[in-house]
Amino acid sequence: MTSTAASVPAVRPGRRLLASGLLFGAGVAASVIDLLIFHLLLQWHHFYDLSTLEVALAADGLFHAVAWGMTVAGLFLLADAARRERIAWGRWWGAVLAGLGGFQLLDAAVLHKLLGLHQIRYDVDLLPYDLAWSGSAVIALVVGVVILRRTRRRA
Amino acid sequence: MIQPSGAGAHVHGAADVDAWALVESAAMTAVGAVALLYAIALWMSRHRSPWPRWRTASWFAGSACAALAAGPIATAAHESFTAHMVGHLLLGMLAPLLLVLGAPLTLALRALPLDGARALSRLLRRAPVRWVTHPVVAALLNGGGLWLLYGTGQDPDGLFALMHESAFVHAAVHLHVLLAGYLFTASLVGRDPDAHRAPLAMRVGVLVAFIAAHSMLAKWLYAHPPVGVDALDAQVGAQVMYYGGDVVDVALLVLLGWGWFAATRPRSLSARPVATA
Repeated sequence: MTSTAASVPAVRPGRRLLASGLLFGAGVAASVIDLLIFHLLLQWHHFYDLSTLEVALAADGLFHAVAWGMTVAGLFLLADAARRERIAWGRWWGAVLAGLGGFQLLDAAVLHKLLGLHQIRYDVDLLPYDLAWSGSAVIALVVGVVILRRTRRRA
Repeated sequence: MIQPSGAGAHVHGAADVDAWALVESAAMTAVGAVALLYAIALWMSRHRSPWPRWRTASWFAGSACAALAAGPIATAAHESFTAHMVGHLLLGMLAPLLLVLGAPLTLALRALPLDGARALSRLLRRAPVRWVTHPVVAALLNGGGLWLLYGTGQDPDGLFALMHESAFVHAAVHLHVLLAGYLFTASLVGRDPDAHRAPLAMRVGVLVAFIAAHSMLAKWLYAHPPVGVDALDAQVGAQVMYYGGDVVDVALLVLLGWGWFAATRPRSLSARPVATA
């Protein structure tokens, strides 16, 4: 059954779940993890270190806004999938991990290194932190992609 | 008050004190009138179908936020930029959201006699109303006003300094903040009838751009304290703007998502038997 409200095109069920997981994972990586863990819990860095170029400031603002949008959109897509089909939770988690890892890697490479936005932590040797951050991103991405490949046939 | 000159005690003349007192009592009266009008409309439409209680609660909570911002917090804001920013969050973001969820126009259309309701509905379709309730225009009015206020904050003749000199400029700025916040919120997640509601994609795009601009402005303020504001106060105020703004912005995103969720409900859902595992 794919009949939907008039103006809304039907989306293939598997696609909706995949999009939900990828968006939610990517959004959480950039909004929730950064905000809750690094800003509030550990207080390793702050929202602004006063050393940023204006272009990086604009990029960060946009990144921040898009991240919240993706988190919320991912959850509503999941709710939409749940009322239309039985959720393949394994596949959804795979997509979340892939989205999280991919976006975290992008964040590390583009925002922190290329644009020179704030660092993870200050007054310490950054290398172990950068390795842990990028390394955990790669692990999440690889595990997510493997789960997605293995659950493909059942979706 | 925040001293634009930054030096010594700035003593207002008697006429000056009168102007500030006048503006404050006018603001409180206006907020009271807005709450009273809603109560009258509820009473006038009491014979109609039940009006959701949460809408009423939302309207009065919004009025309370505006009263708080116009009264005690406005007084504290004379001394503290952080209090000023708390007031702006209440007046420009939270109060508008709560007032919009109170669906005042829908209530007015229920309460007014037929001719009055028709006149109101014609008024709402007029071109100027349509322009200012367009998300892009409303976002520019809202965000543009903030950039004008804080962007020129370091200019001793700028709007921020002027606002602390003159009670009437102060009142005008705050009225603008509330009205522009209301228009912006209504254009995105309005619950009242809107014949020209912008497409969802445009509303999401405008909101994302607004969140980005808001967070950039908060960071700019963090680094550039307005005249007469000390650096620490500006830093705390900027963080109030950044994190507090996020809370309301995420609520707006959730309401947009909820609108999409309700609109895309599959027609087959009610007819379809419950899926068995």
